[in-house]
Amino acid sequence: MIDFYLNGKRQRCDDVPADTSILELLRTRLGQTGTKEGCASGDCGACTVAIGEPGDDGALRYQAANGCITPAHQLDGCHLVTVEGLARGDALHPAQAAMVECHASQCGFCTPGIVMSLFTLHEEQRRTPAPLSQQRLEEVLGGNLCRCTGYRPIRDAALSMNDYPDTHPLWADDPDLASNVAQLRAAKAASSGGGHYVAPRDLAALRKLKAEHPEARLVAGATDLWLETTQQLKALDDLIDVRQVAELNTIEETPQGWWIGAAVTYSRLEPLFGQHFPAFAHLLHRFASKQIRNRGTLGGNVANASPIGDSPPVLLALDARVSLDGPDGERELPLGDFFLDYKQTALGANEFIRAIFLPRPSDTQKLKVWKLSKRREDDISAVLGAFAWHLEGGAMRDVRLAFGGMAAIPKRAAAAEAALEGQAPSADAFAAARVALASDFQPMSDVRGSAEYRQVAASNLLERLRLMIDADSHHNANPEVTLHAYAH
Amino acid sequence: MRTLTDISPASVKARADQQGRNKGDGPLAREISDVTRQGAAGASRAHESAVKHVTGRAAYIDDLQAPADTLHVALGLSPVAHGRLTRLDLEKVKAAPGVVDVITIVDVPGHTDIGPVFPGDPIFADDEISYVGQCLFAVAADSHQAARRAVTLAEVEIDAQPASLDPVAAAAREEFVRPTHVQQSGDWQAALDGAAHVIESEQFVGGQEHFYLEGQACLVQPSEDEGVIVHTSNQHPSETQKLVAEVLDIPFHAVTVEMRRMGGGFGGKETQASPWACIAAIIARRTGRTTRVRLPRAEDMRATGKRHPFHNRYKLGFDAQGVLQGGDITVIGDCGYSPDLSEAIVDRAMFHADNAYSLGSARVTGHRARTHTASNTAFRGFGGPQGMMIIEAALDDIARRLGEDPLTIRKRNLYRAAEEQGIKRDVTHYGQPVEQLGLLRDLIAQLEQSSDYWTRREAVAAHNTGSSIIKKGLALTPVKFGISFTAKHLNQAGALLHVYTDGSVMINHGGTEMGQGLHTKVCQVVARELGLDLEQVRITATRTDKVPNTSPTAASSGADLNGQAARDASLKLKERLFDFAAEHFGTDRGGLDREGMRLEGGELIAGSGEAERRIAWGELVQAAYLSRISLSEKGFYSTPLIHYDRETAKGRPFYYYAFGAAVAEVSVDTLSGEYQVDRVDILHDVGDSLNPAIDIGQVEGGFIQGMGWLTSEELKWNDAGRLVSDGPATYKIPTFGDLPPVFNVALMQGHPNSQASIYRSKAVGEPPFMLGMSVWSALRDALSSLVDYRHCPRLDTPATPERVLMAAEALRQGADTRETQHAPA
Repeated sequence: MIDFYLNGKRQRCDDVPADTSILELLRTRLGQTGTKEGCASGDCGACTVAIGEPGDDGALRYQAANGCITPAHQLDGCHLVTVEGLARGDALHPAQAAMVECHASQCGFCTPGIVMSLFTLHEEQRRTPAPLSQQRLEEVLGGNLCRCTGYRPIRDAALSMNDYPDTHPLWADDPDLASNVAQLRAAKAASSGGGHYVAPRDLAALRKLKAEHPEARLVAGATDLWLETTQQLKALDDLIDVRQVAELNTIEETPQGWWIGAAVTYSRLEPLFGQHFPAFAHLLHRFASKQIRNRGTLGGNVANASPIGDSPPVLLALDARVSLDGPDGERELPLGDFFLDYKQTALGANEFIRAIFLPRPSDTQKLKVWKLSKRREDDISAVLGAFAWHLEGGAMRDVRLAFGGMAAIPKRAAAAEAALEGQAPSADAFAAARVALASDFQPMSDVRGSAEYRQVAASNLLERLRLMIDADSHHNANPEVTLHAYAH
Repeated sequence: MRTLTDISPASVKARADQQGRNKGDGPLAREISDVTRQGAAGASRAHESAVKHVTGRAAYIDDLQAPADTLHVALGLSPVAHGRLTRLDLEKVKAAPGVVDVITIVDVPGHTDIGPVFPGDPIFADDEISYVGQCLFAVAADSHQAARRAVTLAEVEIDAQPASLDPVAAAAREEFVRPTHVQQSGDWQAALDGAAHVIESEQFVGGQEHFYLEGQACLVQPSEDEGVIVHTSNQHPSETQKLVAEVLDIPFHAVTVEMRRMGGGFGGKETQASPWACIAAIIARRTGRTTRVRLPRAEDMRATGKRHPFHNRYKLGFDAQGVLQGGDITVIGDCGYSPDLSEAIVDRAMFHADNAYSLGSARVTGHRARTHTASNTAFRGFGGPQGMMIIEAALDDIARRLGEDPLTIRKRNLYRAAEEQGIKRDVTHYGQPVEQLGLLRDLIAQLEQSSDYWTRREAVAAHNTGSSIIKKGLALTPVKFGISFTAKHLNQAGALLHVYTDGSVMINHGGTEMGQGLHTKVCQVVARELGLDLEQVRITATRTDKVPNTSPTAASSGADLNGQAARDASLKLKERLFDFAAEHFGTDRGGLDREGMRLEGGELIAGSGEAERRIAWGELVQAAYLSRISLSEKGFYSTPLIHYDRETAKGRPFYYYAFGAAVAEVSVDTLSGEYQVDRVDILHDVGDSLNPAIDIGQVEGGFIQGMGWLTSEELKWNDAGRLVSDGPATYKIPTFGDLPPVFNVALMQGHPNSQASIYRSKAVGEPPFMLGMSVWSALRDALSSLVDYRHCPRLDTPATPERVLMAAEALRQGADTRETQHAPA
């Protein structure tokens, strides 16, 4: 049974198949058709809903999610808010009122999703008001496609909604809602479900389930797995949800670096990356959409082993390690040894990723991450380059150049690295590296770019790197090497 | 910075609350709203469904409640582009869980060809397979998922044959879906021979997926007798009514099509919404059950046609000043496997090969190439944008050749009231005089000024001199777009107006609402004519049993045609009420003054000064009802003046032209091919706006969609003819961050339509789409700086970062890229 709150009201749903999405539950089972399906692949945002879970202070925190690819079972013990739940009778929520007044809906089909994204922004602003920078708005709205308006009125609505009377939804009057949701979660934890969709709470339970149900698939954010059901029509009959496994949800800091639990979402990584890996943090802003980052996990991105996943090249450049867990205990290996071939990894039978280790960067380590895609926001890389190095006595050391989109797996450019290792960042050294790079990869042509383009673009990223280092060495504060929209 | 429509600070609701209420007299009196002129045409009123949109209460097709035993349909689509269907075994499909019915072409009771204008579109493939995504069979099951899973069990064998995927090669082999058409003015060959300079080039202009957020969907209920009621997301209900009736082999009056709103259309639901309704109707009649079809996104993208990709060639002569003398233009539209609307679409590309410029003596040839892809179809602009790209490319080329600023060359070539060497420079190559030439010049001059074009031109040049990697580009491109269906008979519309005894008004018309605000504008027209507040006028779903034999909502004509029809109905009813009032409300001293009688502010007003009499709308309506005066009226409109003779290729196909212009500034990273749009300024002509907020919305939305077409939206097919960019993960429409950080949009003031359109307004749906060309031209400008503006690189579209990078690489390597870029397979 899925036991949750929907727009303030307790909702219990029995016999929900494991592979049911939130969107399907809402539309076909609960008759709530305000939430729309635009693509069923998490790319358009028409199905955006807000999922409320208790924060550290006990109050509910609402995060946007794509209803079309989020498992309905993940609603267990949550408060789901949909577009039907915002208005207070005839009085519109500020996000809604602003959308109307700014003429920000035309056909109206994307509108419920946009309203829900704005609702999560409004909630954040109520809690901790902060300036609505363009970047912040892009983060909130980049995952909501609108084909009619051209977005200007939506921007105006986002900028003006806090000027409207703060009309609360009716459910916000209920002082017990947060504690009721918390109690529901606690009760669920005690009973720890059964059936075809199970959500263990600790590592021991996960190991046991995985051993007993070797056929069951692991699911965390479901942001890729769910496409198997919505796009390929595969049945996902048996699922083990790792989102609530306590040990997989920690970020453990050590003097050497950070162990990031496999179920930690991208949204949770933003502060850590922002402080220690600004280039990685910047990539996160262009990593899918807020809806995806709220659900997707670093462990999932690594386990998925896509050649165009955005985090693996960065992790390779940072010399990350993975900790695998399973029936035969734990083992650790360098990430470079994890990716074997296209979508093939070193994960053994019944093994799972427990955590990913990011070494603490030294003061002299540099990191640059550049993602090339057709569209700046919410797109998949044609080429992604992640470059780490130190400058010691004028020479480049520990040069790690990792690429996505250039091979069947995320991969370092060994020959190009060798050409730079120990060299001064001179035009000659980089020219040699660019020549070497051609031998490192034989990229393929696909929908995101031709082989020729990938080769040229990857090579040019090395030239960009040279220009950047050159500008840094001359303390040029504003090197005109990248566009503002893409600049770190 | 921004020029925006004034928007009243008070909300609709607050305004409504402020309104006092007055009571009509008479036995049927009920409370009716007081009236203001707030809602009348010309005001920025919110979309009639805005509150429903934001609360999730606006119902789209898949939101409609249906009986529990409703059937869900999934389609079996061809995996092969070209071949013969040799075996279609559906036994396992029929036996799959939840399956109720499975149909193929042999199960169609009536017509099997559902070609909208010309034949050529089989409802299901018979033996010939013509594209990947062609419908082979349909499965009805008790759930969407069950139907989709059952489809995968089909055993399909196709004797595959080589697919024709190159429209240029197809044209060379004269494989056309419709005959070639040629327009000619003057002696183009002599003009070329005598010109001081000649440029010759070609371009590939990519297609575009509509990406309406609501995919194709319909819901069909069996009705009494042999009929059906069809709910469909559809721009052309009357055509769907016709096709459903023909497929079922029943009279048209047995089919009712209802259409409340679409979640976006953009042309993609003009002809291509019908097949699904036909299929659902067959199943609904066979099973007696309500039947739904909803295409999953990837199937929608594979099964339906798109904006036509075009291959254009041009050879143009010009003088030392860059003034076009004439030349030869050929366009090849990639039509896909069947005619659909391609005849008119390629015509419109030809009609717009001049954009806003006098070509001189020119020949324009249009081919309609047949290829093995989905049948390409209407999309905002309808071929016009693809045609305009020719001349915008050419004028950039000419400017580089002569070392002049492209804007200077553009201005010299604008249509102008002049005759040069026997050529009338204010007449198009198809013989239509261009009116409002002053408007076009004023508009460009104003925009030049407001966008600070020349100062920024200097800044761009200075920046590029000092920056080796990041190059800036700037461009101003105008738009002149012809308004009317070029199929003359479509330029008609009907409306049905009811006034009820409480004074509330219902208007219905043949147009469909797809987000463009048509219904809002039509309500405003009625409110204005009847002197009522907008809240008193309500619009209902478009239905073929209310207003029959309607035209598609297309060609930007929705408000022009249906607004006039609604006005016609309002005027007729008003006259009748005046006649009645003059007699009925007479005094001892005689009747009311019929002259000068008017409806204003919720009242009928007669006479003036001391003789003025005011009668509340509610009282008037009730009195008329009790006096047995009809309170219902129908309206009709047909556009005057227009004609076009295909034999002579001359005429006046357009009632008028709409104008606009945009200035775009871009920055290009010439190492990566990435670019950003830094600033856009737009000035657009809508005549006297019916609703400035809605018109601004159309201008902004059209611009962004046009920019997407030319930049990030790339359709890719593999060698086997399968669309591989078949979802939003691979097909990238603009998103929030693509909104230019500086985006100044204004409507041109003080130039009412020179023709008697509805309140002298102008159509606005399509024209702004082509403002997106400014971004593409600015990208070329930036690239051109790599060779010191000596020439302009060929830049096919969409100008993805890949195309931009490859063009930059070629320029840096010294190649003259005008000849080096090839169209993608």
